[in-house]
Amino acid sequence: MPSVKEILDTMEYGPAPEANSHITDWLKAHEKGFGHFINGSFVAPKDGAYFDVSNPANGAKLARVAQGSAADVDAAVKAARKAYSSWSKLSGHARALHLYAIARLIQKRERFLSVLETMDNGKPIRESRDIDIPLVARHFYYHAGWAEVLADEFPGHRPVGVCGQIIPWNFPLLMLAWKIAPALAAGNTVVLKPAEYTPLTALAFAEICREAGLPPGVVNIVTGDGGTGAALVDHADVDKIAFTGSTDVGRLIRKACAGSGKKLSLELGGKSPFIVHEDADLDAAVEGVVDAIWFNQGQVCCAGSRLLVQEGIAAKFIAKLKRRMETLVVGDPLDKSVDMGAIVDPIQLARITELVAKGKAEGGTLVQSSCKLPAKGNFFAPSLFLDVEPSSTIMDVEIFGPVAGLMTFRTPDEAAQIANHTRYGLAATIWSENINLALDTAARMKAGVVWINSTNLFDAAAGFGGYRESGFGREGGREGLYEYLVPGWEADLKPGTPAKQPPLSAAPADRIDATALPSIDRTAKLYIGGKQARPDSGYSYSVYGAKGAAIGQAGLGNRKDIRNAVEAASKAGAWSSATAHNRAQVLFYIAENLSARAAELASRLKAMGQTQKAAETEVEAALARIFWYAAQADKYDGRVHATKSRHVTLAMNEPYGVMGILCPDEMPLLGFVSLVMPAIAMGNRVIAVPSPRQPLAATDLYQVFDTSDLPGGTINIVTGDRDELAKTLAEHDAVSALWYFGSQDGSAAVEKASAGNLKPTWVSNGKRRDWLDRAQGQGTEYLRRATQVKNIWIPYGE
Amino acid sequence: MNELRPLGSGIGFAPVARNPGTALKPDWFEDVQVNLSAAERRAATLGTRRTVKKNYQAAWLVKALQCIDLTTLGGDDTPGRVHRLCAKARRPLRDDIVEALGLTDAPPTVGAVCVYPAMVAPAVKALEGSRIPVASVATGFPAGLTPLPQRLAEIRYAVEQGAREIDIVIHRAQVLTQDWTALYDEVAAMREACGPAHMKAILATGDLKTLRNVYKASMVAMQAGADFIKTSTGKEDVNATLPVSLTMVRALRDYGELTGFNIGFKPAGGLKTAKDAISWLILMKEELGRRWLEPDLFRIGASSMLGDIERQLEHHVTGRYAAATHHPLA
Repeated sequence: MPSVKEILDTMEYGPAPEANSHITDWLKAHEKGFGHFINGSFVAPKDGAYFDVSNPANGAKLARVAQGSAADVDAAVKAARKAYSSWSKLSGHARALHLYAIARLIQKRERFLSVLETMDNGKPIRESRDIDIPLVARHFYYHAGWAEVLADEFPGHRPVGVCGQIIPWNFPLLMLAWKIAPALAAGNTVVLKPAEYTPLTALAFAEICREAGLPPGVVNIVTGDGGTGAALVDHADVDKIAFTGSTDVGRLIRKACAGSGKKLSLELGGKSPFIVHEDADLDAAVEGVVDAIWFNQGQVCCAGSRLLVQEGIAAKFIAKLKRRMETLVVGDPLDKSVDMGAIVDPIQLARITELVAKGKAEGGTLVQSSCKLPAKGNFFAPSLFLDVEPSSTIMDVEIFGPVAGLMTFRTPDEAAQIANHTRYGLAATIWSENINLALDTAARMKAGVVWINSTNLFDAAAGFGGYRESGFGREGGREGLYEYLVPGWEADLKPGTPAKQPPLSAAPADRIDATALPSIDRTAKLYIGGKQARPDSGYSYSVYGAKGAAIGQAGLGNRKDIRNAVEAASKAGAWSSATAHNRAQVLFYIAENLSARAAELASRLKAMGQTQKAAETEVEAALARIFWYAAQADKYDGRVHATKSRHVTLAMNEPYGVMGILCPDEMPLLGFVSLVMPAIAMGNRVIAVPSPRQPLAATDLYQVFDTSDLPGGTINIVTGDRDELAKTLAEHDAVSALWYFGSQDGSAAVEKASAGNLKPTWVSNGKRRDWLDRAQGQGTEYLRRATQVKNIWIPYGE
Repeated sequence: MNELRPLGSGIGFAPVARNPGTALKPDWFEDVQVNLSAAERRAATLGTRRTVKKNYQAAWLVKALQCIDLTTLGGDDTPGRVHRLCAKARRPLRDDIVEALGLTDAPPTVGAVCVYPAMVAPAVKALEGSRIPVASVATGFPAGLTPLPQRLAEIRYAVEQGAREIDIVIHRAQVLTQDWTALYDEVAAMREACGPAHMKAILATGDLKTLRNVYKASMVAMQAGADFIKTSTGKEDVNATLPVSLTMVRALRDYGELTGFNIGFKPAGGLKTAKDAISWLILMKEELGRRWLEPDLFRIGASSMLGDIERQLEHHVTGRYAAATHHPLA
């Protein structure tokens, strides 16, 4: 070590290693290998297979960990199932006590867990110590609270059951907390598979569960690779899968779970914009970049990796950023003075290196910090690409490394346009000292999390999760609890017996019910963009009444009609930005005009085979339902989460945009209204496929819509074969959410086909609901399913 | 105007040219944006992103000691009290500690001794032959609300008495009402009155309240020719804080880029511990670089900090925790 005199000249920081003897002792005690944590104790893998886990900073082997097989997963699921019967019946208070005990123990083990996390993952000890592990404790405290008040705050909800949870390697213990804490608070039991690279803090957590006296089987941890995860996803007795990881694997999981009835939440990749307007505090924004892309070596799903800087200040900003890069320190993650540690694995390092080479080959200018990198271990210098465009590979794909690209924009409009021009939608960061500009940009972002004048802020009380192909579902906050709850009425729904139905036929009907026909033939057409449209196919099919005789015809819609309807809905964006009051007015007006035609609609329903009374009841219920959603249009609003001091964290309910809705056969009028109205009340534009057997009650409505000031394209109606049209809608990348009410097979097909753009789906799985029952047929669950929550973080203070 | 600055104690860098000031240029600061929350976040993580241990810690504490303006600004100051302080300034560390640190060749001294104008003469006398400059507060310290002619006369008096550095206070109303011309004119006049003595402009940031005000006042003071900008008198409700200091060092960095002149920074008031000293040194190194870790560009206004540094250095040397009474009183 240099002398004091020498250091007075250099004024270097010098090494400041964090001691790790407690952890090396612990690892030595487990030298023979870690088993799975199943049913409250550590058990050896059934087939005896293990794999090594190493320290990314130096390649040294840390531990030997069990490689989970399908048999191990099965044992864990069985333990979770067994524990579920008692855990789910515990009082909220009792569960709160358990979660509180875990939170306390995590706090007491903070340094132990921090050092272990850093050794396993390679992140700087500063981050594991000051960010990851405190957030873990916070998450368990927060959810201990939810357990306590759950029954009061979520009346009528039940736990989902056994949850399979698969987490990534970038925030190993924090992602565990995000998964396990809400699941347990809501009364579920879990089988969690940590990432193959970073299983050690999960195993330490298992020991903490044991220490806290958590009942056996409530938390089970099975270690292993992707195959272990797949076994968990495929297990028949798992009720829910929660996954955080890459979009590609998310797609595989979506497909694998299709039709299984498993509830699913996905937190996937991102390529998040980081917008610097010309009126920003530039020095602050430069620090923001450090926290955005050089945090956790850039291995952050919500990393601000696309820097968008207003053209007039770009040169100044780049100069400041380059200077800041020079003071970054990369080195031993256990050193308390490093900004960046090691990339998690040589494979990940190779991927980053390859993408950076591609960025250069495509003409990008690479700027790297001249900081020294350790000779050994997986290190990569903080990097910035200039001279890149949206068409550059590195501005399109997620690098998952410390590499940002910088582009310029001219106007706030252009900033929003470039920012949103991506398949992802996880996060966005906005720098501006003008509240009008900042909030306007925040509102425009198609992203689940928006940080204004800050970045990568997290708190258990705020929801986190993506739009678009960044996944669906939220973690944290009230919104996160819904991923681990199911409405009791929905859980109780029973499968219907599907009636045997012949295919829709375009051939002339052999028998007609003359009493049911209007005096002048009224042809039901498709309704697209506010206009009646003939089906592209040129075919119409006969619609039959109860007596088996034709009561009219409907257009046989095909994929091109769906394409046209989606285009019309996409253009009708003004509906989504209309005021909630405005939308309420239109819905009330629809009810008013429908009321004027109540008798006509009732006779239509009667012709379909209902009694007069039943027909009148359905029409009345439909009217009441429209009123209910008109009423909710300006009342189902967001929240302000209590996160950090001097922050407003807004949780806003936003529409998906374009939704597809496949309506059920039962209650052809009420079913249609019950699904379409909540969707448009929240500001979505809809492509609705009415009951294929009885579409005429729905097509009767377009004249009601025409007279109710509903802007064209807000509701589009395509009649035809439900499953055929559902497939086109599910595969359509410009459709952002899909509800399907039909058969079990159709539900499976929709879920599978939705994997393309990972649109959230709500399917009936062949179960029938009683649309007349207010508990089943209407409610905030419909509104929740019609919206996605955007959390906007707004720090304030002058 | 490009006078060379005198060397501070023990530095190995070429002296920096003295700031001649510029004309008042409101466009350098009027549109400035300073985000409070972001400044607080950066300030809060400066000390968690960097640390110094063992010999490094000892060296950094010695450096802090060399940057201290050892201060007494009490209404009860007497020549005797000032003499005691100056004796401490000359020999801030016990010989055995100096020797153990390997610094016997050039024992460290503090950056300056800072007193009221009436105490300049006794201080100069007490420091004779030591090369330690005497700094004097002036201009109606701490409120700065006496008439301008008297404030300028006070500067001249202190300089005549032998002060080589003058810590002036600005007229806060000029910032609070955004009267930049008045502020510029007054500070420029004070700089002129200082003559060869270096001028530290105290912004009294606790009175200015917002970071935008802090930035703007910093920039005007530098345009008016300040050699140093300084946070506080020590008498405001809120003294030196890291977010305020961050804003000031960013302002002086911007000024340096626009003019090529290096300005010094002096946090004062509320810095009491060795840990505080390290935090501010980290701020300087991270935001401005190595050059700003020398007493010609960095000073710490403090009275009790030295005692804590002594104890920490003794602990470094002996491995045992030290008692305050084992170190001579300042």
